[in-house]
Amino acid sequence: MTRGSVRREVVIKRPADDVWAILGDPARVHEWFTGIQSCQVDGNTRIVTTGSGLPMTEEIVTTDAIQRRFQYRITAGVFKEHLSTIDVIDLGDDTCVAVYAADADPATMALIIAGAAGSALLELRDRLEGAY
Amino acid sequence: MGRKILFVTTDQQRYDTLGCNGGTLARTPVVDGLAANGIRYERGHPQSVVCMPSRATMLTGQYPSTHGVWMNGVPLPLDAPSVADVLHSSGYHTALIGKPHFEPFLDPFLRFIENALAPQHGTRPPGGTHRGFEHLEFATHTPAGPLHYSRWLAAEHPEAVGWFYPVLDRALQVNAAGDGDTGAPQVHVNQVPKDWYHTQWVADRTIAWLDTLDADDDWFCWMSFPDPHHPWDPPQSEVGRIDWHDVPLPDGYPQAATERERILDTKPRHWRLWYDGELVSNYEAPAEWVPATLVPDQVREVNARNAVECELIDEALGRVLAHIGTCGWDDDVDVVFTADHGELQGDFGLLFKGPYHVDALMRLPLVWRPATSARVDPSVVHRPVGLVDLAPTFCSIAGVEAPSWMQGHALPVDDSDADKRGFERVLTEWDSELFGVGVHVRTITRDQWVCSAYRTGTVHDGSEGELYDLSDDPLQRVNRWDDPATRSIRDDLLTDLWANQPRVREPRLQLEAPV
Repeated sequence: MTRGSVRREVVIKRPADDVWAILGDPARVHEWFTGIQSCQVDGNTRIVTTGSGLPMTEEIVTTDAIQRRFQYRITAGVFKEHLSTIDVIDLGDDTCVAVYAADADPATMALIIAGAAGSALLELRDRLEGAY
Repeated sequence: MGRKILFVTTDQQRYDTLGCNGGTLARTPVVDGLAANGIRYERGHPQSVVCMPSRATMLTGQYPSTHGVWMNGVPLPLDAPSVADVLHSSGYHTALIGKPHFEPFLDPFLRFIENALAPQHGTRPPGGTHRGFEHLEFATHTPAGPLHYSRWLAAEHPEAVGWFYPVLDRALQVNAAGDGDTGAPQVHVNQVPKDWYHTQWVADRTIAWLDTLDADDDWFCWMSFPDPHHPWDPPQSEVGRIDWHDVPLPDGYPQAATERERILDTKPRHWRLWYDGELVSNYEAPAEWVPATLVPDQVREVNARNAVECELIDEALGRVLAHIGTCGWDDDVDVVFTADHGELQGDFGLLFKGPYHVDALMRLPLVWRPATSARVDPSVVHRPVGLVDLAPTFCSIAGVEAPSWMQGHALPVDDSDADKRGFERVLTEWDSELFGVGVHVRTITRDQWVCSAYRTGTVHDGSEGELYDLSDDPLQRVNRWDDPATRSIRDDLLTDLWANQPRVREPRLQLEAPV
């Protein structure tokens, strides 16, 4: 098995639109994804710089505000294949679930990326819920 | 002025690699000497047989279920309790030098302080301490990555960085390749000179830190050697110490394939599935390696190199102890020597580690040489103890009451002390969920029996288990789980096992990386 698929999800007691405003904006990824220091967006291309100084070029695949779905591919480095999907699903009652799923070859990278994103979503939850 | 503490850990070292435990391959006169003048434990068990949960247990004095590091890749929260914090608050200077691994190593985002410390802060953590340690210098099995040893080697001897074994392959899986004489996985010819090797570096940096202290300071130093964990790539100049051609096959290695497979087939199904290359439940076992392909010469070569690494550790420790002597601390230093878990090293035809609760992985080298000023008589303790007992032991040495969050108890000084204080059983846990494979095991070792119950996972249906009589089956070849003659023993052990399960941390911490 060289391809891996890893998912993390976090319930956030904030309206889906509030959470989507952060997770769905490709230019704000460094505001919530711990370990990404900065990003530049140019059309469908995003370049992020990690805490280790590693630049990663990404292709923005989907930005769907109706479904609240954002997808991107990392197009450089060790990846043979990569697709990350962020969904913000309205649970009603002004709460939502934020889902981050990474599919990647090599499989190890799916866990590294989704693992980092899962941790970042927990921190985002604490930050947003603390803001109430 | 109190007793000082040198806590020495190795990584993935078996009980039988020490001369004092009957080992004949590696010469370990330094640890043997500590054992002769101190307390040697015949049944020191880890609470997990992989690094991160086991190391978190040593630091917190808690079981994996409670501290929450349920498998490799789950980071120990920064606010987790720490014995080093207790000691530091009591006036001890504290240092951790060598391999930490409370947080994942695979960290391209540099999210974890263990990886960010060297490039961003040097050896002094922001805030004064990190997990209770005021001085930290890190190393691991490879000079790849951002740790202190890697940066030192890259700065001082850049030509040597590429001489080490590439731990991961191009698919970022643990490498299955080997370029030794036999093609054994993770065996590598490393031209690095001995003085540049991480074992020497850990001892050098320990000595350097000790030199910063005043004579009347109290100190706790965790000296954490990355070896003899794979890769087996010790300095090539030292490999000739032990000719692998002369290494006997271990008793635990059934030489006939039919016999190996017969034994494996009596165990829960994941044993044979891994052997046949159909299932990998631990990231650190190379995914591309099929244990059934292991041949006797590969076992010999791995064990020879493992023994060389054990000898280098013993010599490095000897160097540190000699330096402690020159500092005038001989009478006041307690030394505790152990490992985080063992290594299969050919037992049952397997290498590395995984959810296999047998002596190869669970029976550890454990020696406590109390300070001579404490006037503790040398002894051998046969009762079961655990790494969970180390943190309260350090508190006891320091004259500090063990905090209530510690779940172990200060190590007994002899069997009588053990009996008086109820050292009857030791528990070990395994949980893993990786790429669709989930394995969950709970094990109790008591009264010369070891009993493992497999909870429902993706491989097991909740009915499987292992039961071994260590008194007449020391190699754990006869699984008596389903033997009607031992049913009452099994049931009694299971009742004891479930009655003594530790508190479970809620909510469960997330897996954030493979290792």
